[in-house]
Amino acid sequence: MTVKEELTEGSGEHDGYVPSQRRLDRERYKRARARRATAIGALSTLVTGAVVYLVVVNAPGWPRTKETFFDWGYAREAFPKVLEGLWLNVRLLLVCGAAVLVLGMLIAVARTLRGPVFFPLRVLAAAYTDFFRGLPLIINLMIVVLGVPALRLQGVTVDPVVLGGTALTLTYSAYVAEVFRAGIESVHPSQRAAARSLGLGNRQALRYVVLPQAVRRQVPPLLNDLVSLQKDTGLVSIGGAVDAVRAADIIVGRSLNYTPYIVAGLVFVALTIPMTRFTDWVTARMDRRRAQGGTT
Amino acid sequence: MSDAPVLRMESVRKSFGGSVVLRDVDLEVAPHTVTALIGASGSGKSTLLRCANLLEEIDDGAIWLDDEEITDPRVDQDAVRRRIGVVFQAYNLFPHLTVLENITLAPRRVHGVPRAEAEARARELLERLGLGGKAGEYPDRLSGGQQQRAAIVRALAVRPRLLLLDEITAALDPELVGEVLTVVRGLKDEGMTMVLATHEMGFAREVADQVCFLEGGVVLERGTAEQVFGEPRQERTRRFLRRIVQAGRL
Repeated sequence: MTVKEELTEGSGEHDGYVPSQRRLDRERYKRARARRATAIGALSTLVTGAVVYLVVVNAPGWPRTKETFFDWGYAREAFPKVLEGLWLNVRLLLVCGAAVLVLGMLIAVARTLRGPVFFPLRVLAAAYTDFFRGLPLIINLMIVVLGVPALRLQGVTVDPVVLGGTALTLTYSAYVAEVFRAGIESVHPSQRAAARSLGLGNRQALRYVVLPQAVRRQVPPLLNDLVSLQKDTGLVSIGGAVDAVRAADIIVGRSLNYTPYIVAGLVFVALTIPMTRFTDWVTARMDRRRAQGGTT
Repeated sequence: MSDAPVLRMESVRKSFGGSVVLRDVDLEVAPHTVTALIGASGSGKSTLLRCANLLEEIDDGAIWLDDEEITDPRVDQDAVRRRIGVVFQAYNLFPHLTVLENITLAPRRVHGVPRAEAEARARELLERLGLGGKAGEYPDRLSGGQQQRAAIVRALAVRPRLLLLDEITAALDPELVGEVLTVVRGLKDEGMTMVLATHEMGFAREVADQVCFLEGGVVLERGTAEQVFGEPRQERTRRFLRRIVQAGRL
């Protein structure tokens, strides 16, 4: 197919339009430039890859590192165990994710409540987000997973999975609450004014007009936090719950070979990639809608 | 129905920070009449409407809606707003809801009208305002004129006692202004009581029973449309109208 045919092909232009020489020249130049860019990209990737490979392989400790981190036999042994453990991570993600969304929303709404009656609630919500956003997750986990059982309270679980999930929920709710709050504040005041002028009360305006728009806008950052939560479920292993990380840990402890960690790491990455891509896709789609003049 | 005014304002004062936006404003709006507020940008027209709807709290004076003082702090503000419809310059439709959902939100959630009934009334109003086919569309798929007509339907859906129109054609392309003004004309014929802030002097002259000229937060002149436009008493009203004529808007 000639360039000329390609340009008018499928463009719906049936008015006998013939591209001018100027346009053809322009297109030819653009093609040449694109080909050149692709070639340069491929070459630089190749060179970078080769350099990294040579540096790693020629490192003095490489043979030993290869043996302890990249052992095919241990990888095959670890893989099914790690996958089995991963099921726990997935379940934690689903349960904690749902809990985090609910709790985060409640905290965010509590912070936007007006009126003197709600003063303590507002302060509590603000203190909560300040505290749990600042507290390192690993310390939060240790306090909850190791500290709560040490209290030997009657009727309180000592299950490391439940406690670990609780700690994750506490920390992530603080982050998600801030995401929701930013969303609520991003809805233009005229929307609330319109709702109030229709006779909707404060709460109704929030529920039917402000929150739906806030949540829609915050989908990309929320998904981002979910991706983060997904990999942090691996931290419940510090309490002894057998998840993907702990499953690898067990084999490492027995064999003194670290390959299972690499396997667990790759499995987490593999689990996260679809989620990240999904986030990108949602974000791009929303950006497109906004560019078209939509505001949702 | 009695002839007591639907809306009455007495000595209303409103300031933002240090600047006084409304000063000693008196206003009476009789049932089934149209009042036009004219004046330059920043003269206080919009603020007056926002005060009437309690979106802004006044500093001094009082406002009555059907003989009930609505500026009494003990009054239920939501209940007052339920009786007043507002149409904004920027439409303020809810972008996440369809046109039909925009219109039925208040009837269903505030007035407890069953869904089927609310939708039937909404569709009837949409049909009448020439938006019959747009019920399922989202606002961003509509032209400015269509959005503004949808906003009018939304305000009418709760059968308000009084309709406040805040420069509802100011954001519209000139060729879309006509379709919105036609709607307002129709509402007047049906006996709707309205207060409108507007820059469309020709329209104000045609449709208004009472015209108020505001400048610097003061009602400088008020009277029938014929009188204010035809033989303005105040020098400043004359100057304002002259500028409007020069700009080709009258």
